[in-house]
Amino acid sequence: MAPRPNLHLAVALDGAGWHSAAWRDESARAAELFTAGYWVDVVREAEHGLLDFVTIEDSLGPQSTLVDGPDDRTDQVRGRLDAGLIASRVAPRTTHIGLVPSAVVTHTEPFHISKAVASLDYISAGRAGWQVQVSDRRSEAAHFGRREVDPAELFDEAADYVEVVRRLWDSWEDDAEIRDVATGRFIDREKLHYIDFAGKWFDVKGPSITPRPPQGQPLVTALVTEAAAHRFAARAADVVFTIPHDAEQARIVTDRIRADQPASGRGPQVFGDLVVFLGERAAERKDRLDELDGAVYASDAPVFTGTASELADLLIAWAEAGLSGFRLRPGTIPHDLTAITRGLVPELQRRGAFRTAYEAGTLRGLFGLHRPASRYAATVGGHL
Amino acid sequence: MSKQIHLAAHFPGVNNTTVWSDPASLSQIEFSSFTHLARTAERGKFDFLFLAEGLRLREHAGKIYDLDVVGRPDTFTVLAGLAAVTEHLGLAGTINSTFNEPYEVARQFASLDHLSGGRAAWNVVTSWDAFTGENFRRDGFLPEDQRYERAERFLRTAWELFDSWRGDEIVADKESGVFLKDPRAGSFALRDAHFDIAGRFNVPRSPQGRPVIFQAGDSDAGREFAASAADAIFTGHGTLEAGKEFYADVKGRLARHGRSRGELLVFPATTVVLGETDAEAHERAAHIRHQQVSGQTAIRFLEQLWNTDLGGFDPDGPLPEFDPVVGADAITKGRASSRRHRDPITIARRWRELAEAKQLSLRELIIEVTARQSFIGTPETVAETMNRFVQEDASDGFILVPHLTPGGLDEFVDTVVPLLQERGVYRTEYPGATLRENLGLPPLADPHRSTKTAS
Repeated sequence: MAPRPNLHLAVALDGAGWHSAAWRDESARAAELFTAGYWVDVVREAEHGLLDFVTIEDSLGPQSTLVDGPDDRTDQVRGRLDAGLIASRVAPRTTHIGLVPSAVVTHTEPFHISKAVASLDYISAGRAGWQVQVSDRRSEAAHFGRREVDPAELFDEAADYVEVVRRLWDSWEDDAEIRDVATGRFIDREKLHYIDFAGKWFDVKGPSITPRPPQGQPLVTALVTEAAAHRFAARAADVVFTIPHDAEQARIVTDRIRADQPASGRGPQVFGDLVVFLGERAAERKDRLDELDGAVYASDAPVFTGTASELADLLIAWAEAGLSGFRLRPGTIPHDLTAITRGLVPELQRRGAFRTAYEAGTLRGLFGLHRPASRYAATVGGHL
Repeated sequence: MSKQIHLAAHFPGVNNTTVWSDPASLSQIEFSSFTHLARTAERGKFDFLFLAEGLRLREHAGKIYDLDVVGRPDTFTVLAGLAAVTEHLGLAGTINSTFNEPYEVARQFASLDHLSGGRAAWNVVTSWDAFTGENFRRDGFLPEDQRYERAERFLRTAWELFDSWRGDEIVADKESGVFLKDPRAGSFALRDAHFDIAGRFNVPRSPQGRPVIFQAGDSDAGREFAASAADAIFTGHGTLEAGKEFYADVKGRLARHGRSRGELLVFPATTVVLGETDAEAHERAAHIRHQQVSGQTAIRFLEQLWNTDLGGFDPDGPLPEFDPVVGADAITKGRASSRRHRDPITIARRWRELAEAKQLSLRELIIEVTARQSFIGTPETVAETMNRFVQEDASDGFILVPHLTPGGLDEFVDTVVPLLQERGVYRTEYPGATLRENLGLPPLADPHRSTKTAS
């Protein structure tokens, strides 16, 4: 019997890859970034590699090298499609891989996101997740024109937002639809619940218009880079993306998140994020792209260049330091994505560190997470 | 050549017209149901599939309404999923302009248009309903007289965003290193009483440039809005006479907006009941109406007008003799605005007269007054009647509203569509690549003709 697979692997998808000149890589399908065919192919490739899930990046403004506002550059990819809709478009064309679009919570409505992710869960038969993202950019606030954003409050608002979304997912008990011909009732309305959330940023009545999704609670994920985000993610997320730069940092960040998690309940999965350039000549490829871009590529996450075997060594070492998985950001797509699915994955499988087949039908299932009961169902004799 | 008929499908929604008690009624939420209906519509060469929307569950007498189908998915999510399982079918979604912001909605429609290869359509609706507002940050509501104003500004704002990309900016030339030839692509700046926004729209121009625009609603303001801005108008006017009058009215409004009669299509919503003989079809139709309007449903429906508890009344008995309660909070909340009764006392008087004249019980009366236009008969009869409506300018086509999910259009597509095709009034192949082309709408003007505010 094969050793128990112990690593979780995801890829983060963003345009032609994470290097700013990735679109100029020989393999890049630069002219197809806004087509369905491109996204279907890319996600199917990730599924071919048995990856747990893909995340799909998004933003409420164009990509930029500046901290805030457009940079007017013409030599990098600018423009992107709505990540939630990309995930929805891809869902019927895939069967096992988790689909985790980003969605900004700062200028949007929790009611809309709740039903969108629940609906993605329906059309993917239980493979939906969501990467919670905040926006502190004034340029993006100006696209909505509703308010100024206070950066100090963004994660508190995000925490309320996630709480509203989670309550809405639970607002229909699983057996609320009864289709009882004898009494003429389609639903048992006692099993639909007002969430009555009242907070600083929004009040939401509920219940959802969408019945409880197949996973009950689709997977909530978030990237953390600062203390406020750590506290938020430890409480609100099922999977936290972190950016340690070595095994020791991996241990520290994992401990910190575990310490922040609520006393009751299971803590989140902690993933390490890495930008990867793979292959025998990975460094050379990256240098060439740097030259084309006119700058050495830099990222908030560590940048790995090397072979699949070397990457496997690193991932296993960091996993032993406490991380439960990794989200790899391919430097270029499809080159580095294919190197992950056809090089790294077989290497990890040889070492008994990664699955050889999908072992569950839902995204929660891939993490061994059970399907939770609705919080409202637990209240026996509860009222609406 | 005869005028060509356009057909569209409505996914059965949450009103009592959707019969859920039938063994053939499957899930209204599983994606397989949407796929089935969409593929059936595409097999029948329909122009588009249409999804309605409701952003709060209906309530009656302070409780969630439980007699009809409840629960539906997110519109954009389902339409994007359907783009994966269809090739030609237009994907039309109702999206509210009150509980959304133009930048986000424009991104979603432009994305849907890209991801479907040019098949997106937007049914613009409005709400002034504080009841629905309780699910959103922006609580409370616009006075009713401002709702079309906001809708109009919302739509114009979205158009500016769509038009902020000309469509030729993306070069993606690896050799020269030019991805985008215009560094300021997507620039916009808009300021009016409803929106004050500026920046960069981050979705490049989509295959259709912008989604096809639909408008539903029959008020004078709604008709005017449609005549000025929509590509198609949904209507409930189903009889030949009322249809012709409506058709002439809305088409007549186009000229003063500088538009021609071909630029706005009229689509009445209708149901179809088929049978081996006309008599059998009428029997089936009567049976369906009784499934749709149970005794309980009839009472609750009547309570909407009377605005009071009528639980003690017998559905098989007469209407109440007392008048509706006026001025109190509405007993039903969350129903589509068109159901709001503006003058309940007069309507009640009319209903009583109708019930007396035709000797109708309470339930029979509700069946009668809530009936929507139906084409009932053999496939030949139905094909002939539909064609007459179109040739005589009562409509340009129909939105078919099946009473069963998801197989409610199977029979129509298998039997009526071929007859329309034989008559030469209905396509046998999709003529174009995009929804706009399939609807026969003229191409959009140069995007930069209308971009006056971008700096």
